[in-house]
Amino acid sequence: MNTSLPIFLAVMILLQNSWCQADATDFHTQTIKLALTQEPPQLNGMKATDQVSVMVLGHIMEGLTRYDRRGRLVPGVAERWEITDKRATFWLRPDARWSNGDTVTAHDFVFAWRTTLNPATASEYAFILYAIKNAEAINQGKMAPEQLGVQALDDFTLTIELERPTAYFSKLTAFVSYFPIQEKFYKSRLDRYAADADDLIFNGPFKMTDWVHSASMKLKKNPLYWNRDQIKLNAIEADYITADTRARLNLFIDDKIIFTRLDGETYQDALTRKFRIRSFSTGSVFFLEYNHRPGRVTSNLSLRQAISAVFNADEFVNKVLATPGNLRGESLFPVWLSGTEDKFRVEYPAQKVAPDTALGRKLLTQAGLQLGIAHIPPLVLLVGDSPTAAKQAEYLQGLLKNKLDLDIKIDIQTFKQRLAKMTSGDFDMVGAGWGPDFDDVMTFGDLFASWNLNNRGRYNNAEYDRFVRTAMNSSIPKIRMDAMAELQRIIHEDAVILPLYEQGVIYLLNPKVRGVVRKVVGADPDFTFARIVQ
Amino acid sequence: MLSYITKRLVAGLITVWFIATATFIAMHLVPGDPLMNQKAVSAEIRLNLERKYGLDKPVVEQYFIFLGNMLTGDFGISYTQQNRKVNDIIKDHFPVSATLGILAIFFATLGGILWGAITAVYKNRLPDIIIMFLVILGISVPSFVFAALGQLLLVNLNQLVGQSVLPVAGWGTFSHMLMPSMVLGLSTMALLTRLMRSSMLDVVNEDYIKTAKAKGLSPLRIFFRHQLRNAILPVITVLGPQIAAITTGGFVVELVFAIPGLGRYFVQAVQQLDYTVIMGTTVFYGSFLVLMVILVDIVYGFIDPRVRLQ
Repeated sequence: MNTSLPIFLAVMILLQNSWCQADATDFHTQTIKLALTQEPPQLNGMKATDQVSVMVLGHIMEGLTRYDRRGRLVPGVAERWEITDKRATFWLRPDARWSNGDTVTAHDFVFAWRTTLNPATASEYAFILYAIKNAEAINQGKMAPEQLGVQALDDFTLTIELERPTAYFSKLTAFVSYFPIQEKFYKSRLDRYAADADDLIFNGPFKMTDWVHSASMKLKKNPLYWNRDQIKLNAIEADYITADTRARLNLFIDDKIIFTRLDGETYQDALTRKFRIRSFSTGSVFFLEYNHRPGRVTSNLSLRQAISAVFNADEFVNKVLATPGNLRGESLFPVWLSGTEDKFRVEYPAQKVAPDTALGRKLLTQAGLQLGIAHIPPLVLLVGDSPTAAKQAEYLQGLLKNKLDLDIKIDIQTFKQRLAKMTSGDFDMVGAGWGPDFDDVMTFGDLFASWNLNNRGRYNNAEYDRFVRTAMNSSIPKIRMDAMAELQRIIHEDAVILPLYEQGVIYLLNPKVRGVVRKVVGADPDFTFARIVQ
Repeated sequence: MLSYITKRLVAGLITVWFIATATFIAMHLVPGDPLMNQKAVSAEIRLNLERKYGLDKPVVEQYFIFLGNMLTGDFGISYTQQNRKVNDIIKDHFPVSATLGILAIFFATLGGILWGAITAVYKNRLPDIIIMFLVILGISVPSFVFAALGQLLLVNLNQLVGQSVLPVAGWGTFSHMLMPSMVLGLSTMALLTRLMRSSMLDVVNEDYIKTAKAKGLSPLRIFFRHQLRNAILPVITVLGPQIAAITTGGFVVELVFAIPGLGRYFVQAVQQLDYTVIMGTTVFYGSFLVLMVILVDIVYGFIDPRVRLQ
């Protein structure tokens, strides 16, 4: 080997040093750098389902309404709106622009919503538009998309007929599935729409200028955005895409990214490095879902109550999860949901239960008698394949063995396999979770309605269904919340699920960056109103 | 020569067809449903998705449709990134994996030959013992450990210097490639060192080396012209499959160093049951491996004239 190679290498390293310097924050250009946890699989708002896509879309697009930095619903493309029992009207601002210069009109919303509901689009989130008249029938192919109860009276007036009173309709319009899409542009791209940066046009605070798949994504401040004066950041650059939490922590230490989520393992390292660790409640609830299908032992109420009786929610949160921010599981309805005036859980507290082994044993004996078996056969606990899921399953296995002498068979499956087994009912208990799709109790409430396809334990209770319908068909807060409280009671009394915890996540944020908003629903984290201080 | 290559190519095609068929069968046998996602969808939407991907047809028919498309080089649309073609995914991300892989192979070969030769020269003495100890480590420690350690090393180095000497992760410039390619090439380097050492020791006792010494050639000339050239043959043999393995097996390294390579798609596709990406990447990698093996056989003939390609 001759000597030119080492010299070449040294020169290369020195040369690149100048552009390797860029830090996670730049005060003068107001630029922040990020790492995405995965390549956004779908930036077509009509089809996006995952968190990363929703996060990106929340920065580059805007719906009729949006959330401000304090979590209040504020005008977006719509200047104002009016919602009565069965009708909603939105008046659009005349200065909302697409990045190609065109005005955002009411027709863009009509087109987007019709297309999303068209069964040919096969949108997984179409159900979130079901509040609009005829939406469900269209989505099931029983009506033409043109029959959707939405109309553009002129370019700036959008009227919507509602299927039933939907008190939270204005909140729904902040969600990605309600974002507008310009028909002209969409039709010029068709299958390629949102495949690359030039296959998108934007109406949000930022526009995407560059997207190298699986490598990087650059967002720049959108000069045509109507509220541009409120946007302080000039650029959001996601220079890295990796799911590896340790790699992201290393990037954070090296001042290459401003934000990273921690897990149990990296949490310890962050502590050692004396970083300020922040926590955030994601709004998701995790629970053990029982298989209620007839013939399953878990369809026996006493057995389910026995398991509930010995479960210690505090121990689970503090010893098993063991990272800050998680809350004990008490209800299907998480603490952040709004009730009539205060938080729902303040107005309607969940039933508190203290672990009681003796009661659990008594209930278990009862279950044995009712089922006519001397010993309950091993129960299959279906869980995902993450290390935390395995740890939780092992804890439950140990707990039920010790307290109740119940045998648990843990069935660890990858995501798709677990879903397939959940759907076909091949389990006794499954570690499940539910995250909110919109900011209303109903996003949790109808989960165990007999018609809900996501009710994978097939819980079927006419009383439960009745209360869901009561809440659905009313726009009077008190009636709706009372019905939800009944649902909360039924879930507890009938031990429909065993609430495990309300998820909290811990993360690091560069202290020079202010105004980053964490959100339970929609784009999270939200850097829209962030700014860099010196 | 030409007929030999043709024969090998035909055999290669059959191998690729076999790989494709086996993967197709295995993929459909794996439990789970590629179209299922967190949110349950209505029967109507489900049907539309099945139609879009041709899953509404019998599996045998799906197989023949797949074979037909494969012949025209079309692997369809990804299930997880519904607006990207599998061909585009391969086209965008394979060059990255290949660049990383070539660099890794470069480090591995250079290091392997050098360390192997040194250990042979210092047989059973201290340098040999130390290097061989490291070689055992290199072979037995999995790459995700090296990847994490390598990255940590960079973090600490940058902190020590007070500025970014080398980037911790990412892709784009040559400096991004250094650490990941070294990590990726480590196990191959270890393997090659061992191989090189034993074949060097075999060669040392050959008559032609004694002849060369008797002729009074300089030790360096003997080493490079006679020893190395003959000892390198087994290294070339394993290099073909190793190149294929390295350019395809960088999943962990790509993940840790946030590199947009094809390895990530290859592994994630299996986890997510992304049928079209599984088939596309497997057939692509399979063909690549077969091609590499054929290539090595041809190269072999050039290096060792005794090997006649019939």
